[in-house]
Amino acid sequence: MKVVYLDHAATTPVRAEVIEAMLPYFRDKFGNASSVYGFGREARKALDDARQKTADILNAGFNEIVFTGGGSEANNLAIKGAAWEYRHKGGHIITSGIEHHAVLHPMQQLEKEGYEVTYLPVDDQGLISVEEFANAVREDTILVSFMHANNEIGVIEPIAQIGAITKERGILFHTDAVQAAGMLDIDVKKLNVDMLSLSAHKFYGPKGVGALYVRKGVRLVPLIHGGSHESRRRAGTENVAGIVGLAKALELADAEREAVVPKIQRLRDRLIDGILQIPNTRLNGSREQRLPNNINVSIEFIEGESLLLNLDLMGIAASSGSACTSGSLDPSHVLMALGLTHEVAHGSLRLTLGRDNTDAEIDYVLEILPPIVQRLREMSPLYSS
Amino acid sequence: MPKVSVTPQLTYARINKNKEGICLEVYLDHSATTPVDPEVVEAMAPYWSLHFGNPSSPHRLGVEAESVLTQCRRFIAQTMQVNPNEIVFTSGGTESNNLAILGYARAQYKPGRIITTSIEHPSVLNPISYLRANLGWQATKLPVNSHGKIDPADLAGAISPDTSLVSIMLVNNEIGSIQDLAAISEIIAAANRKRRQKIVFHVDACQAFGTVPIDLAGLQIDLLSISSHKIFGPKGIGLLYVKTGIHLQPLLFGGGQEGGLRSGTENLPAIVGLAKAVQLAMTGFPHRAPALAELRSRLVTRLMQIPGTFCNSPPDGAPHIVSIRYEGVKAEVLVHFLEQKGVYLSMGAACSSRKNKASHVLQAIGLSPDQASSTVRIGLSPKLSPEQIDYACDIIEASVREVRDIYG
Repeated sequence: MKVVYLDHAATTPVRAEVIEAMLPYFRDKFGNASSVYGFGREARKALDDARQKTADILNAGFNEIVFTGGGSEANNLAIKGAAWEYRHKGGHIITSGIEHHAVLHPMQQLEKEGYEVTYLPVDDQGLISVEEFANAVREDTILVSFMHANNEIGVIEPIAQIGAITKERGILFHTDAVQAAGMLDIDVKKLNVDMLSLSAHKFYGPKGVGALYVRKGVRLVPLIHGGSHESRRRAGTENVAGIVGLAKALELADAEREAVVPKIQRLRDRLIDGILQIPNTRLNGSREQRLPNNINVSIEFIEGESLLLNLDLMGIAASSGSACTSGSLDPSHVLMALGLTHEVAHGSLRLTLGRDNTDAEIDYVLEILPPIVQRLREMSPLYSS
Repeated sequence: MPKVSVTPQLTYARINKNKEGICLEVYLDHSATTPVDPEVVEAMAPYWSLHFGNPSSPHRLGVEAESVLTQCRRFIAQTMQVNPNEIVFTSGGTESNNLAILGYARAQYKPGRIITTSIEHPSVLNPISYLRANLGWQATKLPVNSHGKIDPADLAGAISPDTSLVSIMLVNNEIGSIQDLAAISEIIAAANRKRRQKIVFHVDACQAFGTVPIDLAGLQIDLLSISSHKIFGPKGIGLLYVKTGIHLQPLLFGGGQEGGLRSGTENLPAIVGLAKAVQLAMTGFPHRAPALAELRSRLVTRLMQIPGTFCNSPPDGAPHIVSIRYEGVKAEVLVHFLEQKGVYLSMGAACSSRKNKASHVLQAIGLSPDQASSTVRIGLSPKLSPEQIDYACDIIEASVREVRDIYG
């Protein structure tokens, strides 16, 4: 059965062009980029080119890009690396309640180490209030971390406005742009951020590689110590093929964004409108401040897990929330933060589109979904039509 | 899915046209990194764009990915004679070493002492330096003899009540010396019988795995690091064996993958690549060591005939690493000369070769700065042919003579 893949926020397939770009670095140009001779030089050149390309797309400098083992590592490095480095300046950090676990869990670890973390609430649209943020800033605030776009509900946060405040107050500002990259134009200067995390496998690059933009002048305590790779910010033999793949994928996404994103957004709007035709459904998160590929709906009187299972049987790959927590029975912390009840949160469905989805696939989903919902609801003791 | 074509011939013996005509290229730096085996690339390829699911996703692409992940973990565990839940996949050997050392230290209630050796890789020494400088830990670096081996009695003498962790590499990456893990493990076990709080033993096996046998079932090893790109697998993946009952604080927090020890979406294509590389290494193991020993002996015999040659590697060292020095020849110059002729080897370790610092390993075995700076390292592969070795030896001999003529 052909799969209608609607889980691009979890991961994306590696594009053929990206695989082509990576292949030479497994076999013909396999050198260690830290070696001084020919084989190593080819790898070093590829690494330098990838770094320059990544920097150019983000409007950053060559030395401001640190390649990591993925988005989670980039988030951990930004948060713990900065918190540890600037401990002498204060111990207060501000973040939101709807961050990815790769931000929330490092924060919790820092709390155990004596840091104080403020988790700003979001409104019922999933948006952080710039005003509330400004009021939360203290003399001893050393770090702020807000995601650029949420992985579950796709809400785009007012990063540039928050960044204007952090810039003025001289506080470090990190944004987790893992979900935004590929969909939005990312310019670290316009966003007013000091650090920004990316993950290649979210934009048709390989798994196991990510990047952290670190503004010049910002120091970080490394998480991984060893050789002098990545300007001493991340030790370990460089994953040249992966890094080349990341840069290629980012380059393609950047070049094609204007053509691809409106198409995706149109499909998204068709899906949202179609699903909301089903009674007792609601869109979670702001419709306007939203990633062009994200749909997150709550469908009352059904269990999300049963719905996913039924969709899967019909060849539709969807998700209920972030992939990392989908095995857990706890309702999504993001949906709870929007003020949803447990029951409503449990009946949520996340569909995330990609560049290859078609109108025919949307038609198929809109044809398949309502009868499944109807059948599941008829089994529910709480539902009465 | 795009067609993935992999050249069957081995690149480290590729034919290359340079300005003097056609010459053979011989790659002799397998301790720095290895090309990915074509079978490994082929094994990885379907997981890039066909079976690309996130193992945590709740649909069939995810379930399928999770099942492949489980198979790979089980296969590697079985090969290493350990339990699947004792394997933690990381982004490489350096991360594995960091997770072992920093992860163990940070999981302790109070700082203690780490015993290590003076010839460890920077990915062991630098986390230890960090713990000393920032978290109140103490460290003892055991000296090595001229063969690059510690005296197990020194370890016994160094163990004190505050000793919490011992980290010793199995095979040294610069000179190939092999530590006597059986004796070391016995000393730690004996000390542990008299202690309430166990000393934990970490082994950096990045240079050893696939070439030197490791008896995880028989020895008292708690943590062991392996890197994929040293065994013809891809870069960016490695693993840490964590014995059941050993608690580590993760380096990376998040989605809770790898039993909570290493968050982040699993790099499934690379994990498949690592599993394949492990399989190839293990199937070839019985004849690999003798084949390597033969290549090594052929190489060393030939090279020692060049006047003013000294071998830094011990005769009982690992079969794939040869550290050698030529009196009066700057390694940097020699490596450059050889490169022009298509023979690739390294001066010191690749990881530190971008620094202009004398190797701490060569210093530890008693070499003078001059001797250290005339040292080159040859990293062999069982896939090299005797003819390639002979060819490389011819080139090395000619280049040494040339360098001496010009600079001598």
